[in-house]
Amino acid sequence: MTIKRTIDQIHELYASGESTPGEITKAALDRIERDNAGLNAFLMVDREGAERRAKAMNAGIKADLTHKPLAGIPVAIKDNLCAEGLRTTCASRILGNYVPPYTATAVRKLEEAGAIIVGKTNLDEFAMGGSTENSAFGPSRNPWNVDYVPGGSSGGSAVAVAAGHVPVSLGSDTGGSIRQPASFCGIVGLKPTYGRVSRYGLVAFASSLDQIGPLANNVRDTARMLQVISGHDRYDSTSANVEVPDYLGALTGDIKGLRIGVPSECFGEGLDAEVREKVEAAIKLLEDRGARVVEVSLPHTRYVVAVYYIIATAEASSNLARFDGVRYGFRAEESRTLSEMYRRTRDEGFGAEVKRRIMLGTFVLSSGYYDAYYEKAQRVRAMLVNDFAEAFRKCDVIATPTAPTPPFRIGEKSDDPLAMYLGDIYTVTINLAGVPAISIPCGVSKDNLPIGIQFIGPHFEEARLLNAAYAMEK
Amino acid sequence: MKEGWEAVIGLEVHAQLNTDSKIFCACSTSFGEEPNQNTCPVCLGLPGALPVLNRQAVNNAGKAALAINLKINPESIFSRKNYFYPDLPKGYQISQFDRPFSEHGQVEILTSERDEGGRPVDWQLRRFGITRAHIEEDAGKSVHDIGDPTKSHVNLNRAGTPLLEIVSEPDFRTSWEAYDYVTFLRRTLQYIDVCDGNMEEGNLRCDANVSVRPAGREKFGTRAEIKNLNSLRFLQKAIDYEIDRQIALIEAGGEVVQETRLWNEKENKTYTMRSKEDAHDYRYFPEPDLPPLEVSQAWMEQLRAELPELPEARRQRFIRQYELSPDEAFTLTGQRELADYFEEAATTAGNPRAAANWVLSELLRELKNASIDITRSKISAGSLGSLIKLIDDQTISGKIAKDVFVDMFATGKAPEEIVKEKGLVQITDTSAIEKVVDEVIGANPKQFEQYRSGKTALLGFFVGQVIKATGGKANPQAVNEILKSRLDA
Ligand SMILES: [Zn+2]
Repeated sequence: MTIKRTIDQIHELYASGESTPGEITKAALDRIERDNAGLNAFLMVDREGAERRAKAMNAGIKADLTHKPLAGIPVAIKDNLCAEGLRTTCASRILGNYVPPYTATAVRKLEEAGAIIVGKTNLDEFAMGGSTENSAFGPSRNPWNVDYVPGGSSGGSAVAVAAGHVPVSLGSDTGGSIRQPASFCGIVGLKPTYGRVSRYGLVAFASSLDQIGPLANNVRDTARMLQVISGHDRYDSTSANVEVPDYLGALTGDIKGLRIGVPSECFGEGLDAEVREKVEAAIKLLEDRGARVVEVSLPHTRYVVAVYYIIATAEASSNLARFDGVRYGFRAEESRTLSEMYRRTRDEGFGAEVKRRIMLGTFVLSSGYYDAYYEKAQRVRAMLVNDFAEAFRKCDVIATPTAPTPPFRIGEKSDDPLAMYLGDIYTVTINLAGVPAISIPCGVSKDNLPIGIQFIGPHFEEARLLNAAYAMEK
Repeated sequence: MKEGWEAVIGLEVHAQLNTDSKIFCACSTSFGEEPNQNTCPVCLGLPGALPVLNRQAVNNAGKAALAINLKINPESIFSRKNYFYPDLPKGYQISQFDRPFSEHGQVEILTSERDEGGRPVDWQLRRFGITRAHIEEDAGKSVHDIGDPTKSHVNLNRAGTPLLEIVSEPDFRTSWEAYDYVTFLRRTLQYIDVCDGNMEEGNLRCDANVSVRPAGREKFGTRAEIKNLNSLRFLQKAIDYEIDRQIALIEAGGEVVQETRLWNEKENKTYTMRSKEDAHDYRYFPEPDLPPLEVSQAWMEQLRAELPELPEARRQRFIRQYELSPDEAFTLTGQRELADYFEEAATTAGNPRAAANWVLSELLRELKNASIDITRSKISAGSLGSLIKLIDDQTISGKIAKDVFVDMFATGKAPEEIVKEKGLVQITDTSAIEKVVDEVIGANPKQFEQYRSGKTALLGFFVGQVIKATGGKANPQAVNEILKSRLDA
């Protein structure tokens, strides 16, 4: 694997004049070019634009360092985030050669902070999946072992960081899509509180669950990215008007007295023995560093996968209705009627998993089934929120495995969607409750594949999570 | 309607709310732009774009809801109504479903059946329930290519225009009740300036649910929904057609099927558009991109305080206070500025009856001839009131007043000024009139003889001659009396 540099290290190179944004960006682009045939992390690389912007920063870089937290930093963004003029596919045929005419708020904030967007990363089609195998443009591969999946749906963004293409990237997380690939690729990934980061310009999968978040090699870079992208946005009515604290300043590493809640429901059946061992060892390590372990309960855990797949697919079935071949993207030609055009466009344009979820979602919203599925799922969701409120009375942070298993082989679960869905058990709850969570590496399996631990915090307590993760990282 | 039958009619009115920008984006709502000119990522439904609610639309909806006595819910939620159509960019319409903006309204309005000539026969006060009014976005428009039948075009300028959908109870029993109700709604919304109310341009649209049942039966019959009613007249005609169609169908042993029908204005008929089996399952669910819409008590009070006296209330007050007929009061309250004008003229003149007559006949006629509306009239309400006063205190005759009025309309001068300039002050001095009377009798000996021999109808001739001789300034009543005393002496 290549040498990984942190944002701080790159900035030191700029400050000392040892390197320039142009050089660093070119190096990143070269590495991507060299690796992409094997790893397939990027669906699109904007070499020309990135080099131009980076070179333009060369002269003023020292001044930029004082006020631009990402000055001259190459960043990759998941290909479900819009950036003006850059093709956005969501790893789907149905978007064709769609080029958005506007930029997502989170991406705009990165650019304003000095970041250089180098390209768009691979994902499960419309972020639906946990392996990046559901990409219309082929799976991404885990840089730890290319026979294994990198996780998903933000697989490309995780690979780009883990393989050393870029120090940081953006992903999106609807049910674990940042944390699980971070865990599978041995890096840090954070899903912010719902409303912390504007969703404007993120192609929606499930609007009430989606959040944009950072992936990075370390906690400091994660905190810095979160600092940049957080905050209220008048273009997203669900973004929260809550003050953004100093995330970097919160990284003291001091966790004395921090109460770590361990829910027994997340350490039972279905959990791989090796994962359990590494996660428990990590919790023990934190205890050694001054944290206190308390037992908490998340009693509705056994319902979460069902609840998640009802709510997420219901919203998806509606969110994806706009891909109809009328205004943009792919259109099946030579249809004789309007309904034939719709049918063929969507049949040929969407992949199998997306179609499965659209059908599921359409079903649970249908008249006669709404109450039994969608309505009931919403009630259980309210109970989950309550579970967390109860748990956070007893603890400051909850620790669970990020995923029940280490990375699996490409193709291993392709024919078993249910097995794939069950892999989301520890992550989907967090999106349903809207709370923040971070995944950080806590060990390596005997097959030399990474394992991650997840810390969950109360709403808008990202600083607390980052510091807990920082204490572990040290 | 056929004897022994009763119709049950409910109405859904879609009113475009007057706002500068669309309901969920900053695009202009201006009319008549190039196709797809007024669009952006939000109203085009581009991937990743999100809606942000326009508070001006909520304010307008609030005013409208209060004007028709609806209860505004402190918290309402937006829902997605899912269906595929080329002019619906997101594949769903953001609307409201189970927790609408406002509910439980009712209105009390004057309504009347019409005679053969379309004239109202008997105005009666009736009460109609309004189930709810909710906020939603409009769709775009599909335009079929005339040159190439395989092509259609989509214009999304209208997509995202704010709408208020006002749903009535099934309280109407005749097409004219429905007509009067929609007329009332339109006038009210125009009056409070929340909707232009132009049905031809589509900024007020109406669907009617119509069913029939044997008179006296409780249970509703199967209903048909009629769409495409883009004028009040079509609404009324389509309902009548539909009532007759359903009665004839049932009497012939058939059954009404639940369906959506379209009004064809050329043939004066309704046609099946889609049957119940083809009805959409809209799969409504709460819109996750928008938080619940919360409104405060203080906001509602504020809106209520800003509401003017509403046209129907004003109409009923005009009937009571000024003793106007329902039709006169209807016309005078048709426009807020016209009603204000009338009231000011009536107050200045101290004679509402005369003010009503002048406004309804002379003024409206002149305005129509000049193709302008009341706000551009050169005659101020105060001036018209002064003119009426000049008649009432016998400074000028009614006949002269009409000439003065024409002058006022053209120049905007005060009536007193015109009367003075042109020396039009009425002659009420008896001796002056007597002098003219004597001259007229002297000049017409033949007619005088005829009168004396019993042809008293010639009085009119003499009156006319005297008035003419005074240039119209002689007080007609005085002329009459003096002439009579001379002729009959
Ligand atoms: Zn717009």
